Amino acid sequence: MNQKKSFISRLASSEGFLSVAASLLCIVIGLLLGVVVLAIIEPAHAINDGLLVIIQSGLKSPRNMGTVLANAAPLIMTGLSVGFAFKTGLFNIGAAGQYTVGAFGALYCAIVLQLPWYVCLLAAMLLGAVWGAIPGIFKAYLNINEVITAIMFNWIGLYMVNDFMYGKGASPMYDLQTTKTYSLRKVAQGSMIPSCGLSDYFGKLQSVTIAIFIAVFFAIVVYIVLNKTTFGYELKACGFNKNAAQYAGINDKKNIILSMMIAGALAGVGAGLYYLSTVAEWNPQVSTALPAIGFNGISAALLACSNPIGTVFSSLFISYITVGGTKLSTQYYTKEIADVITALIIYLCAFSMLFKSRIRVLLAGKKRGAGLGKGGDD
Amino acid sequence: MSEYIIEMLNITKEFPGIIANDNITLQLKKGEIHALLGENGAGKSTLMSVLFGLYQPEKGEIRKDGQVVQIRDPNDANALGIGMVHQHFKLVEVFSVLDNIILGVEPASKGLGVLQKAQARQKVIELSERYGLKVDPDAMVEDITVGMQQRTEILKMLYRDNEVLIFDEPTAVLTPQEIDELMKIMKGLAAEGKSILFITHKLDEIKAVADRCTVLRKGRFIGTVDVASTSKEEMSEMMVGRKVQLVMEKTPAKLGESVLSVQNLTVKSKRHGKAVVNDVSFNVRKGEIVCIAGIDGNGQSELVYALTGLLKADSGRIYLNSRDITHMTIRERTQCGMSHIPEDRHKHGLVLDYSLEDNLVLKQYYKAPFSKKGFLRFDEIRRYAEGLIEKFDVRSGQGAVTRARSMSGGNQQKAIIAREIDMGSDLLIAVQPTRGLDVGAIEYIRKELLAQRDAGKAVLLVSLELDEVLEVPDRILVMYEGEIVGELDPKYTTAKELGLYMAGAQRKG
Repeated sequence: MNQKKSFISRLASSEGFLSVAASLLCIVIGLLLGVVVLAIIEPAHAINDGLLVIIQSGLKSPRNMGTVLANAAPLIMTGLSVGFAFKTGLFNIGAAGQYTVGAFGALYCAIVLQLPWYVCLLAAMLLGAVWGAIPGIFKAYLNINEVITAIMFNWIGLYMVNDFMYGKGASPMYDLQTTKTYSLRKVAQGSMIPSCGLSDYFGKLQSVTIAIFIAVFFAIVVYIVLNKTTFGYELKACGFNKNAAQYAGINDKKNIILSMMIAGALAGVGAGLYYLSTVAEWNPQVSTALPAIGFNGISAALLACSNPIGTVFSSLFISYITVGGTKLSTQYYTKEIADVITALIIYLCAFSMLFKSRIRVLLAGKKRGAGLGKGGDD
Repeated sequence: MSEYIIEMLNITKEFPGIIANDNITLQLKKGEIHALLGENGAGKSTLMSVLFGLYQPEKGEIRKDGQVVQIRDPNDANALGIGMVHQHFKLVEVFSVLDNIILGVEPASKGLGVLQKAQARQKVIELSERYGLKVDPDAMVEDITVGMQQRTEILKMLYRDNEVLIFDEPTAVLTPQEIDELMKIMKGLAAEGKSILFITHKLDEIKAVADRCTVLRKGRFIGTVDVASTSKEEMSEMMVGRKVQLVMEKTPAKLGESVLSVQNLTVKSKRHGKAVVNDVSFNVRKGEIVCIAGIDGNGQSELVYALTGLLKADSGRIYLNSRDITHMTIRERTQCGMSHIPEDRHKHGLVLDYSLEDNLVLKQYYKAPFSKKGFLRFDEIRRYAEGLIEKFDVRSGQGAVTRARSMSGGNQQKAIIAREIDMGSDLLIAVQPTRGLDVGAIEYIRKELLAQRDAGKAVLLVSLELDEVLEVPDRILVMYEGEIVGELDPKYTTAKELGLYMAGAQRKG
């Protein structure tokens, strides 16, 4: 009895456990609210043709599982991108733009230069880093909010990339037959990220590659950088309290730029993983909207409280219910329902502080809620 | 009719995990000045918030003129004639004095509600003459002195015909001369029949004006005493719970060579281009404490920012151990032997969301043994932090891993002091190191500063507290409007003389 209690109270004081529990609670409540939305649209089918499809489809066939993994890999990267910047106190809303120029880098190296996949990935990373560094430089030296610069560079990046890839139909990357960029399967098989036999496990779905492992590897690297190195210590100090970081002699300007650069590089890699795995091709004439994956990265990071390892799981989850959404019967619902549910969950994440303290009090019992006292002379 | 105008009987107010007020009784007589004495965290503010309707007590009752009353919010308190001058004034800076006074109770014509300021002005002028509260009704609040702002706050209460006036630490922002004047005003108000509650932790002021004094300690009622027949020592013992050394024991300074030398330093304001630090020169030698005194906002903060590298100097030179550090980065200055206890421990001193141990290595994390090839060495950091915690008696809930945010102000400050002193720098710049701390912590920190001086370090202290300015340093430099207007020897100066320099009424070339 006594031992059990001490275990529970240990849990109650463990930040990690509380964060995970709070995020899971967000997911459960979000799904329940999702049912409400489904019921409003089409009450009779809310459970069987709605919720159950969303939460079961991802596991229903190996191919579906493969799709979940293939879509999760780039999402992990944009999630890491946003989360990394968050840790430094910056809001990288530019992941979409960094992803876009990254996609260009990867596809150019693949289709035009016929380079091996890892070089293409590196090009995506570098271009993403450049695109991330720009808002960082504006922030550091001119104190212009990174959100504003990043949003503008999202669009600059998008239209530039579209123009390069299309080139009035004359671009070497543009396939007039498909009206998209050339499929790597046709023109640049050497630039495709290898599957290493993975696709065999997922119903021969060719876009299942080692990309997911590369993404997990980056998540671990980001975790180590943030938590184990002096560089991570500096970045987090800047994020928590820029003034104190300055006072301690930390070069905050350098850290702001570096942080945005790394965030951009991560988003760029995400694009590389997506396009070099041939999940899809770029469609320069239709792509007049920024890739949603850049913004979904914000969701993934928020749901994971910016924790890099958590981002892997939150991205898998978001990818999972997104795939579920695409399997909804169009007779009753549209696939965007999955986005609505994700949005609800993210919205609930705003309450995660509240959930955390509630869970803590619940576990620790009323008496141990002490120490949160208020009321002093100040 | 009751003898008491306000009675707070057996008030108990609990917050989760803490009893802020534990069975406290306070009775305010008509026309008396009643001091409420206690350290930070003793429960003074909570008690006043209960009286002002901001909190509802769990137990106890409040009586006005012997009748039990319910005060649910500040409007109820106002209706009962209770007014308060907050420590941080609640004035609209871009409004005139008159507008601020009538704010919320504006006289308006019936029907259209046209503002009728003439009669309000008449009333304000009458009140200000009757109580000797000199204000200019048409001046903008942002242009007037702190003292006049305070008088505006007092007039606000009088304009509303309040009978019970609460003053929350009213002297913290005033010069000695302004404090004298405030004391006179308070006595005048009491003589006119107003009842005053005076919250403070300064014993001299209680001695000067108060009739009776109620002492709180750690949320408990310690006693109500008659001020005339109680000594300062007795009151401070009631407040702290043990005997306190009110006067520091100091050995004579053993002066060594100059450590910090400042020559013609000028810092211009980014906003209006005026010099906020104007042609300042001084030096600090080994084994002495030099104190920069002055009223808040006379360039002390900017001077320190320029010395420590947080702000660029526009002209002039700064030498540390004969090295020119004028253009060095903050980290280079630290490495040259500068420690800095900052003015604002939350803004600059600590990363509040970092653990105590991470904060203790804030200036050394990148050096051996705390890091190796870019990786932090957590075992070394832990060992170092635990050593400091032990040596400087830093108390916290979970030791080294406690979040700095959850620590008390005194222990946060101790952590900063531990970090800055343990670096072994030749120069220690301490800006208001005792601000907002209780008597025990203040005593500790002043002793630590003296110990540094006796160990042969140079200490530059910036302080707004008069007793600190007069007791701790070996030399006083007074700053007024960005300039050093006088150098005084604390042994041969008085609060009065200091006040004249601080107010700019006197200067020595």
